[in-house]
Amino acid sequence: MAAISEPIARARPRWGEFAVETLVRIGGFSTIGFVVLIFLFLLREGLPTFFKVPLGNLFGTHWYPTYEFYGILPLVLGSVLVTVTAIILALPLGVATAVFIREMAPNWAREILKPMIEVLAGIPSVVLGFFGMTLLAPAIRQGLGVPTGLTAFTGALLLAYMALPTIISVAEDALDAVPKSYRDAGLAMGATQWQTIWRVVVPAARSGILTAVMLGLGRAIGETMAVMMVTGNAARMPITLDSLFRPVRTMTATIAAEMGEVAQGSTHYSVLFGIGIILFLITFLINLAAASAIFQKRRRGGLR
Amino acid sequence: MASMRASRCFPRVLLVGFCLFGIACVAIAWRPQPGDRAPDAAPRAERTIQNTGSDTLVNLALAWAERYMGEHPDVRISVTGGGSGTGIAALINRTVDIANASREMKQEEIDTARKNGFEPVQHTVARDAIAVVVHPSNPVNGLTLQQLSDIYTRKITNWKQVGGEDRPIVLLSRESNSGTHVYFLENVIRLGETSDLMFSPDTLLMPSSEGISTEVRQNPNAIGYDGLGYVTPEQKKVAVARNAQSAYILPSVETVNDGSYPIARPLYMYTAGEPQGGAKTYLDWIMGPDGQAVVPTLGFVPLQK
Repeated sequence: MAAISEPIARARPRWGEFAVETLVRIGGFSTIGFVVLIFLFLLREGLPTFFKVPLGNLFGTHWYPTYEFYGILPLVLGSVLVTVTAIILALPLGVATAVFIREMAPNWAREILKPMIEVLAGIPSVVLGFFGMTLLAPAIRQGLGVPTGLTAFTGALLLAYMALPTIISVAEDALDAVPKSYRDAGLAMGATQWQTIWRVVVPAARSGILTAVMLGLGRAIGETMAVMMVTGNAARMPITLDSLFRPVRTMTATIAAEMGEVAQGSTHYSVLFGIGIILFLITFLINLAAASAIFQKRRRGGLR
Repeated sequence: MASMRASRCFPRVLLVGFCLFGIACVAIAWRPQPGDRAPDAAPRAERTIQNTGSDTLVNLALAWAERYMGEHPDVRISVTGGGSGTGIAALINRTVDIANASREMKQEEIDTARKNGFEPVQHTVARDAIAVVVHPSNPVNGLTLQQLSDIYTRKITNWKQVGGEDRPIVLLSRESNSGTHVYFLENVIRLGETSDLMFSPDTLLMPSSEGISTEVRQNPNAIGYDGLGYVTPEQKKVAVARNAQSAYILPSVETVNDGSYPIARPLYMYTAGEPQGGAKTYLDWIMGPDGQAVVPTLGFVPLQK
């Protein structure tokens, strides 16, 4: 009796284990599957762009799709201008906040700050956009004396705000990974706390901070709603010196604003997906750059 | 933590990159052919009427739908906005019964509809004035169509050139999927003639009527335009003249009806083929006296008998 029932008893949990393992595996692989399917769909709908529209038109400076001007250059430059400005604004603030939370803040302040930053990440972008449109834009118009407050700079301010939580939490992880012995060594050499942070801890964590910047960049370039509401959406070439304080049109805002209008399969429809492909490639390159920064650091045998 | 995971995965990132590149090559070879598309779904049940399109018309369409459903409790009408182009695209894809449009269908759209097996039918349901609006503090009271055209093509860039203060002009427009945008381009910027004039690239394209009214309310440099029904008291309407000799006329129901206000247009509903059943009864009701009685309450102009 015992000899028969024992293997059955053992087999049952093994079957359960097998089922769970399979489910987890399917779950994991399906993520890859979805990414591939989305990419496939994007390519199927977007690639005809490069056959339908002459390249001179496609990479021209004039975007007016209702009359078949498909120059995506102002859109790409608009996205780049807004995103890069946002990161320039967010980087010092984000790293400073991370340093404060990790190295200087007393425990109680840290306990308050960390959840607050997570709340910051949860604010819907449309709410920020509305805030930007009704409060920030008039303030910028009056404060800087520009014709309208709906500018690339207004968008960059909001994006900086939205990229901050990402930058702070990743930079903080990086600082966390710097061994205590580094700090002890710095202080033992007679450095002040500030000197230790600035000359020892931050440089040791710089590849992690670089990752933080890259992830923030990825977050910022894909943001749509807030940007659409505050940048004015004028498809002008942002090449003059005052462009930062003039309206721009970003790739994401263009897709969001125009996708509802187009008939499926039309040239305009393909071009919008073409812009989607370009956005996808840019974010992919940013992620690749972030990964390679970490990879090189590892090969050199440094931290993280 | 995230970076730790990423670090172990770096060669995989490259692998994924290669995979995507491979897929790209496949996708280039496999492009969608015309006629590849799945056949359209069957038309919806007659009792539910789907109604989508022009943001200009959406409030009026909602008011009609509410009134009509009050009188006919067995009929459901769902109304959404999104822009004339959106509504027409939805009609072409056969996902709605009635498309609202503040412009006529383009030839390209009619051709696509025919390719999908139906002839779009146009119904004029109301008329609308397009009001030109500025900040209440702006001293400019009247503009000619020519001046409006010059302003929107950036030949005039300062308010003092049209009798205002020394301020730069900030141009506001609805997005290009809006019928109002297309109407304004063809009848104001191009003055109803065939030309290559365009909105200046400096024009701010606002995603909604609300975007225009917010900016006009706040910014003394701004000029914008929108359907008369959307102009709030915080915006100042500018009187418009056909040319320098004619009178400057403010938009209103009266000036549209007597034809003196120059920027007025019909508003349309489109159906796929002649309307049938519930949609036909509904459209007849809209164009009848009960439907038209709703029109002026929302700032639009009823059809003339």
